[in-house]
Amino acid sequence: MPTLTLIQAITDALRTEMRKNPDVVLFGEDVGRNGGVFRATDGLQAEFGEERVFDTPLSESGIIGAAVGMALYGMRPVPEIQFLDFIYPAFDQIVSELAKMRYRSGGQYATPVVIRTPYGGGIKGGHYHSQSTEAYFTHTAGLKVVVPSDPYDAKGLLIQSMRQDDPVLFLEPKALYRKAKGEVPDGDYVVPFGQAKVRRAGTDMTLVAWGAMVGVCLEAARRAEDDGISCEVLDLRTLVPLDEAALLESVKKTGRMIVVHEAQRTSGFGGELAAIVAEKALEHLEAPILRVTGFDTPFPYTLEEVYMPDADRVLRAVLKLHRYES
Amino acid sequence: MTTTVGLDKDDLLTILAPDGTVDPELDPGLDGAQCLRMYEAMVQTRVMDERLMNLQRQGRIFFYLASTGQEACSIGPAAALTPDDWWVPGYRQPGAFVYREVPLKLLVAQCYGNAWDVTKGRQMPVHYAFREQNMVSISSPIGTQVIQAAGVAMAMKRRGHAKVAITYIGDGGTSSNDFHAGMNFAAVDKAPVIVICENNGWAISVPTPRQTASETFVQKAVAYGMTGVRVDGNDVFATYKAVRDARERAVRGEGPTFLEFVTYRLAGHSSSDDPKRYRPEAECEAWRAKDPIERLRLYLEARGLWDAAREEALLERCRKAINEAVNDNERVPRPELISMFEDVWAELPPDLAAALDEERQARGEGRFP
Ligand SMILES: Cc1ncc(C[n+]2csc(CCOP(=O)(O)OP(=O)(O)O)c2C)c(N)n1
Ligand SMILES: [Mg+2]
Repeated sequence: MPTLTLIQAITDALRTEMRKNPDVVLFGEDVGRNGGVFRATDGLQAEFGEERVFDTPLSESGIIGAAVGMALYGMRPVPEIQFLDFIYPAFDQIVSELAKMRYRSGGQYATPVVIRTPYGGGIKGGHYHSQSTEAYFTHTAGLKVVVPSDPYDAKGLLIQSMRQDDPVLFLEPKALYRKAKGEVPDGDYVVPFGQAKVRRAGTDMTLVAWGAMVGVCLEAARRAEDDGISCEVLDLRTLVPLDEAALLESVKKTGRMIVVHEAQRTSGFGGELAAIVAEKALEHLEAPILRVTGFDTPFPYTLEEVYMPDADRVLRAVLKLHRYES
Repeated sequence: MTTTVGLDKDDLLTILAPDGTVDPELDPGLDGAQCLRMYEAMVQTRVMDERLMNLQRQGRIFFYLASTGQEACSIGPAAALTPDDWWVPGYRQPGAFVYREVPLKLLVAQCYGNAWDVTKGRQMPVHYAFREQNMVSISSPIGTQVIQAAGVAMAMKRRGHAKVAITYIGDGGTSSNDFHAGMNFAAVDKAPVIVICENNGWAISVPTPRQTASETFVQKAVAYGMTGVRVDGNDVFATYKAVRDARERAVRGEGPTFLEFVTYRLAGHSSSDDPKRYRPEAECEAWRAKDPIERLRLYLEARGLWDAAREEALLERCRKAINEAVNDNERVPRPELISMFEDVWAELPPDLAAALDEERQARGEGRFP
């Protein structure tokens, strides 16, 4: 099996599905001739031509609006938004149009669009190349939200996304684009939605994360082991649909839970997870649920590593939770 | 009545030819001192861009974005406006900051994001903001500034101030929603705003024919009912005159002007970009022959204001100035932890104060407050 980086796995997924399905088209800013500013679409215009892989004018609402139209007509658009931070001109097209088309047309029309976009910090990008605002989108019924954390999942989840009958926001942890390497099968395979993955089994507490924070939790879990604390690390992989069963199963087993996300704390997805556990597994909890998150500030530039949860900060929470006696 | 110059590609306001000769009918009649000030700012800007790009290559700063070849686009207009006029700039007009005499030390500090940075290390390099010079905070999201500049001008008009706002957008940025909203609001309100499209041929890797099917960008002014002029963006007399005229119209209450500055991005989009992937080097060569600085130098020489010795001395001075600014900044620490929590709100709320306290304790820095 070839070893690929996460970005190569994404290119591989796009190539694999485009060879199978002539309705798949890719477009966005700099995706054609340049192969994407991160090279996610490298070589695809050469292989599939300028009608299937093309550069658009600089307008995110244009990109998503056009994708909606093409999908209405039966195609499978996979638009790229260059950075999640630049998606907001398209917010209206996503929230009011893309996610509501099936519902408001009484099921007559569908818009199976996959929006690929890099998200998250760790590249010294300041506010506008670093944010992790998945919660704006999980708060939108009708939109699936997917976040891979390694190359294998990136490919399998992206192919699966392109086969959905519903729109998908596919968030790519850009800090891992070249850092995450792993074995990725050639050709076609999918990773199903709504199936979280236990990245590390443990008994004392559950660390829940997605995307780039999975690796941070794994590092914290390794270090916690030195203190005799056994952490389970659960990688959600898809936020919508959420694998609630896996979440509850793990927390029922360990009795303690920490959610880790890059996004700011208030109204982050961690709050949702905490509510679910409180609603459905309260009697299994031996301690309060903790959150390790970005701060309730814009994403800073110089102090980005203070802002972003790292293994130190997660470990701090692990120790605190471990000390807690009910 | 609005007029548009530049409906087709042959139509271009040029005053200073590449050989340094001036069209006598259009000559804006700048005195020697003014010409020299513009020239010095252009040279300083280029030298600064080169030095800071090198600093990025050395890993001392993480990102840089140069304006090489486009210096006349910001310095002509800067010279044509008054210090009271407002700038709502994009990221490719460092020359305006140099011309307005923002200390180089502060520009460099912003690129380091250190404790001297007046924006407190919160934005990527080149995203300046200098209230003292009426230069509004630069945003990464493309296009947002155009409608904001229209709003600034709408306020100026309502306050009865004889001032203008100037804003910039790239050729790529003309595809953004807020560009269109800005043009429309400005024209409908007759707001005293000057919208400049710095058409440098490329939006990262995307060439202008993929941004617009209009033959020229200035055609867009017609649709909005706005005066428009297509200007040689490498001709500092033309960029100066176009903005001076636009300013006069605006303060007379005749509304906004849209200017297309035809120029070329000689460098990569930014330090993160490799233009060899998508454009032929020959294209750059053709544009190097139209260098805006070279043109003005030839003119100054012909006017007896310049010679090789003065050129040498100026380069020396500019290099020294930027090197000093860089060296000074090398010693400056990062902003304090509190800088991450301040300015989210007018006052630090209790929850952020608590978060700061926790982070300080974790670092052994003592309690807050
Ligand atoms: C809304 C938004 N979308 C995408 C980007 C990413 N991006 C940064 S610069 C750029 C190209 C801009 O080109 P142009 O407007 O021609 O300005 P130039 O860089 O050539 O001066 C793009 C796509 C962004 N900053 N904002
Ligand atoms: Mg451009």
